[in-house]
Amino acid sequence: MDNIVEKVLKPQNQTSVFIKRKRTFTLAFLGVAALFGISAAITNYDVIDGFESIPKAAYWMARNFIPDEKAWSRLPDILAKLSETALVSVAVTVCAAICAFFFSLLGTETTKTARWLARTVRIVAAFFRNVPDVVWAILLLFSFGQNILTGFFALFFATFGLLTRTFIETIDEVSASCVEALHATGATGLQTVFNGVIPSSLPEIISWVLYMIETNIRASTLIGVLTATGIGYLFDLYYKRMDYSSAGLVVTSIVILVITIEMLSNKTRKVIM
Amino acid sequence: MPILEFKNVSKIYNNITKALTEVSFSVDEGEFVSIIGPSGSGKSTILRCINRLVDVTQGSIIFDGHDVNRADKKEIRQLRKKAGMIFQHYNLVNRLSVIENVLHGRLGYKSVIAGAIGRYTEEEKEKAFQILAKLGLTEQAYKRCDELSGGQKQRVGIARSLMQEPRLILCDEPIASLDPSSSKIIMDHLSIINETMRITCIVNLHQVDVALRYAKRIIGITAGQIVYDGPPDELTKVMIYEIYQSDEGELITDVR
Amino acid sequence: MSEFVITEQAPISLDISKYMHRTRDGKIKTAAKSKSGLAIKTTMFVLLTLTIYGFLTFDYKDIDMAKAVVGTWSNIKVVFGQPMLTYNTFPGALNALLVTFSLGALATIFGAIIAFFGALLCAKNIANPTVANVTKSFVAFIRAVPTILWVLIFTISAGLGSVAAVIGLTFHSAGYLVKAYAESIEEMDAGTIEALKASGASFWQTVFQAILPSSISRMTAWTFLRFEINFANALAVGAAAGVGGIGFDLFMAGNHYFDLRELGFITYVVVVAVILLEMLATRIKATVR
Repeated sequence: MDNIVEKVLKPQNQTSVFIKRKRTFTLAFLGVAALFGISAAITNYDVIDGFESIPKAAYWMARNFIPDEKAWSRLPDILAKLSETALVSVAVTVCAAICAFFFSLLGTETTKTARWLARTVRIVAAFFRNVPDVVWAILLLFSFGQNILTGFFALFFATFGLLTRTFIETIDEVSASCVEALHATGATGLQTVFNGVIPSSLPEIISWVLYMIETNIRASTLIGVLTATGIGYLFDLYYKRMDYSSAGLVVTSIVILVITIEMLSNKTRKVIM
Repeated sequence: MPILEFKNVSKIYNNITKALTEVSFSVDEGEFVSIIGPSGSGKSTILRCINRLVDVTQGSIIFDGHDVNRADKKEIRQLRKKAGMIFQHYNLVNRLSVIENVLHGRLGYKSVIAGAIGRYTEEEKEKAFQILAKLGLTEQAYKRCDELSGGQKQRVGIARSLMQEPRLILCDEPIASLDPSSSKIIMDHLSIINETMRITCIVNLHQVDVALRYAKRIIGITAGQIVYDGPPDELTKVMIYEIYQSDEGELITDVR
Repeated sequence: MSEFVITEQAPISLDISKYMHRTRDGKIKTAAKSKSGLAIKTTMFVLLTLTIYGFLTFDYKDIDMAKAVVGTWSNIKVVFGQPMLTYNTFPGALNALLVTFSLGALATIFGAIIAFFGALLCAKNIANPTVANVTKSFVAFIRAVPTILWVLIFTISAGLGSVAAVIGLTFHSAGYLVKAYAESIEEMDAGTIEALKASGASFWQTVFQAILPSSISRMTAWTFLRFEINFANALAVGAAAGVGGIGFDLFMAGNHYFDLRELGFITYVVVVAVILLEMLATRIKATVR
């Protein structure tokens, strides 16, 4: 007891905590400032230009992105490409999630597969996670050309890598305890997966799938610019033709789609959790 | 004839951590044994060696006439069917219904596919309801387990193990996460199961007073070795102090 | 002590069948009645249907699948098996990597500063509900526009270069971090804020004495996570919008020089950088906690 009282009452200790905290903050601040300075120098980033560009861009958007008659006449095309992009995102995420789920079962500690197998699974997942989707897209362009499947596979590989790691973590976190109990009843591995792992981790998994669908819509827009497919291509086309009012309509339609999906996902998440 | 025999069992985790050293004891059919000792002394390891959730490093365990360590996959499944297990954190599938969790006790009896898709016979379901009735849980049968209180969850755990028609029930700190009144209900149920159904119970406990009240035999374990094995009334304060070694021992002996 | 005495069990009702729910053909039901179970099934059904519908309606443009797969497989072998630089030098590639890294860093710093103030405006436990809702809607809009489109839009007003890239990346970065920071602030103990308010501390005193110290570690973790994402995004816009950095080198190797070996080498540089970044982030997160 005396010890604690002494610790609390000793003023030296208290000030040293504050000094230490202050020092950490100062160091962190200087570090960030240095990083900023060096990064700005390397990229020739002009801070004033940067700030000025924001109101300029806002003004420009307000003037040019208002859809005119020509833009409205393109609405059917835009919606067709938009729904294509949305469907690709859903299909990619669902396929990647199904594959990642079965793959992750081989890599979790919960299912107790052979150690070499679990390690191989983790390495393969890390490979797909760390090779950027842009690389896959450029690589696939060689043989698949400007095809919807180029974007599909590029996003599939990246999503598969990310989801495999996430599912491994989720399954280990959520179902380890009930799996132990099921094993203790004499259940086999397959029975344990169906009665323990799937029911306990499914809500988390679906929540991740919904999140990835949202992310993949944005990602596939970018891949679309690169591979000339989907809504990304359409934006790029109007943009390069300087048909900005049509491009503005594309942006608006993407915003509406993404926000709708986000709202739907949040509602679904609330019910299933 | 003993239902369970430990012969010089040692367990070393990852070639470094000694969990059990030369542990030997035997348990007769119908006994109610409580294993006491500080956390990390090897209580959980003893239970998990019996149903091979953990493999022993040395020695042999004979359960119901079979050498546990020599069992192959199929035989392990047979052994586990005969030994129910109850956990500190209940280890239920929280998102499934109470009745589904109880039926999980039948998985060891079913074919892989029937168990995987959850196809149970009407007799099994009725049996599950009868067990739930005994434990006072019929009204909760269709609730999801995450809607239950801790005490109710542990009763579901007991129901699941009874569904296995076990000869032995292993309880790993069954009341460590429960309040006193729920703890009493759980210990009473275990006691009744032991007396009326003649199922052998081995219960790991942290609370010495509970162990003294319910068990007919106490095994004290410290740092992976048995330091006491005998009836509760012969367990002296000095022995308890030796089992717990530290200040913790003083606190616990105060209770007595 | 007297609590632990074995008592007789309460008498049990023998009529348990009235508690059993039965299906139409008289079988005993086992599943719990829950909204969430139904919602999970519905969600899975909808997603699977959309997937199948998608596969049936996609415009595959008469692609020769077998040929494309075989071709891609041999390309993958070249890319990952025989990496070699021809058009670029190794120092040049490292320099480009540094540019991408810097673009990501700038966007993260700007994003973090904006997001800190944004989070103060929309964390439930400190903000005015109306202001919070307005901020949240604005942030949702910012986040909904893909980064590449922001970059292209800013290219028009600021020209093709680092300004367009950084501002474009900053938008999404700030939007993401506002949400994350606000959650970090919301997780803190409500009592702390109340106690400080009761002692007469001003808003900014509360922010710097209570909110920042108690949520800084979580915020730092989120910031580093975002930095990893920003690096990947800087790479992607480098390739798709041509704003420079190693992403642009990837694009040139693949789509301009058609050199798989060059593509392979640059890919390896990127992958090593990503892994190092992840390791660095893990270490910094550990020291902050």
